[in-house]
Amino acid sequence: MEQHWKSAKGLFGAVLGPPLFWLVLFFLIPMGIVWLYSFGENRGLTDIALTGTFANYLRALDPLYLMIFAKSVGIAALTTLICLIIGFPVALAITFAPPKAKTWLLLAVMLPFWTNLLIRTYALIAFLRTEGYINQSLEWVWNGLGSAVSVLGIGVLGPFEPLDLLHNNFAVVLGLVYVHLPFMVLPLYSALDRLDTSLIEASLDLGAGHLRTLLIIVAPLALPGIASGVVITFIPALGSYLTPDLLGGPDSQMIANIIERQFKRANDWPFGAALSFLLMYMTFIAIALQALMSRRPRERA
Amino acid sequence: MMARRSAPGPLEYLRRWPLRLWLAAVGIFLYAPLIALMVFSFNDSRRNVVWQGFTFKYYEKALNNASLIEAFVNSLTIAAVSTVLSLILGALAALALWRFRFPGKTGFDGALALPIVAPEICLGVAMLVFFAKVLPWPQDLPWPLNLGAIIIAHVSFCFPFVAVVVRGRLASFNRELEEAARDLGASEWRTLKDVILPHMAPSLVAGAFLAFTLSLDDFVITFFTSGPDTVTFPVKVYSMVRFSVTPEVNAASTILILVTVILTAAALKLQGDPASTEGGHAARDRNPKRH
Repeated sequence: MEQHWKSAKGLFGAVLGPPLFWLVLFFLIPMGIVWLYSFGENRGLTDIALTGTFANYLRALDPLYLMIFAKSVGIAALTTLICLIIGFPVALAITFAPPKAKTWLLLAVMLPFWTNLLIRTYALIAFLRTEGYINQSLEWVWNGLGSAVSVLGIGVLGPFEPLDLLHNNFAVVLGLVYVHLPFMVLPLYSALDRLDTSLIEASLDLGAGHLRTLLIIVAPLALPGIASGVVITFIPALGSYLTPDLLGGPDSQMIANIIERQFKRANDWPFGAALSFLLMYMTFIAIALQALMSRRPRERA
Repeated sequence: MMARRSAPGPLEYLRRWPLRLWLAAVGIFLYAPLIALMVFSFNDSRRNVVWQGFTFKYYEKALNNASLIEAFVNSLTIAAVSTVLSLILGALAALALWRFRFPGKTGFDGALALPIVAPEICLGVAMLVFFAKVLPWPQDLPWPLNLGAIIIAHVSFCFPFVAVVVRGRLASFNRELEEAARDLGASEWRTLKDVILPHMAPSLVAGAFLAFTLSLDDFVITFFTSGPDTVTFPVKVYSMVRFSVTPEVNAASTILILVTVILTAAALKLQGDPASTEGGHAARDRNPKRH
């Protein structure tokens, strides 16, 4: 049983004091200041007057910013969907793998996860850029083809046109999927791993095919896991800064890039604060939806 | 052994070729960029993907690049100090939540989850504002004190992860052991030190590994808290990548990847106990932050 704090005041104070102090001073107060600033106005170069205005939030409703919000949600949703499609079979294979293979596969999924994000993004840039590995390989193939064509006298292949793979929305989605795939696979795996396999076997014995069993038996039972995988992928994808910044073009700005610009370049802290709290609220909504999704099956049971 | 030759069982999905193909494709997708990055750090050519011969010269260049080395050392120092602080704070928070009933417990529990779920950019701007307006960190402090602001920011988002991992481990603690220790005359502190702490040990290893990698990995929050003379490895690589892609960055990245792999292997070896690893997974699962 948990002990009432009054029965061991000294120990309780020593145990709760430091983390509570840290959390309040170095997390809640900074967040609170940003929240207050979101109702403020710029006065001069560095001063911000807390006037209780809603103007910053209203400015976020400007079509320009609404479009960026919509685009960020769209990119994050597309990333999540692709991760789900790619990740589900992977999670399924890991779940039913023999124990030893399971350990290695899980490790293989998690290792890129522990690798520095910037290094992974940089590795993608090296692949995608105009003189990157993909374009250089394609050019090599193209030149080979070109000489073959001219030897055969069929005609002349023009010079190689490198593909524009970097600095566009395609690169952003690819980068986000690359970075967030483990976020999807791990919760899916832990949901599938808890599944009662006899239900799947029964379905297969009764003549349902694998695809039908997956759709009718596995997917509904794994719904809480799918929901948490979706949320765990969607939230960081929505708030991602580095991937759109390095892989995206001028039109692939996401919310986080706009927030950064307000704080570091435009020096409009109140507006940046309002944008970051809008992002926070969107995160909370996503978490609340997931909580609803995962509660429902239990209530039915 | 006999089963190996038979047709795959109904649930042996790993033995079906479409799934194997899928796994192989995903494996290539996840690893090809990283492996290419490492391989080309040894290629004796600045621009070409064609193999021109093996060389260590980019490692030499990277190791002679004073600002890159400084950033690397900064990153490791920040990660080490943040890990120690996060471990202490996280373990204490977990103990408080596990052990005591107190008013405001739900609130504390919820607030502790906030740094885990809040988007990194929000945490970053909060830290920027805090260190600009409330606690201006002096610019010209001697090393490593000049890293203080970054360390504080890192601890703020790392220690809640440690708390989650340690709490998961404490849930499996048999409280009768504690009662036995108390009956045998051990004080509160003694019980904590000799009975509960050993039980927590594997989760402390897992938590330390988690905190260290989170700190080492962080770019966004550091980007907002670091000054011109407190550059970390990710921030340095970021500024290099903005200009061009060079084999020196490949070499430096390869070194960091190797550090990560060695740390992972060490952490897995040290933990041993599967229960604590689960705690670690659960915490990573819960990590919806990060970029």
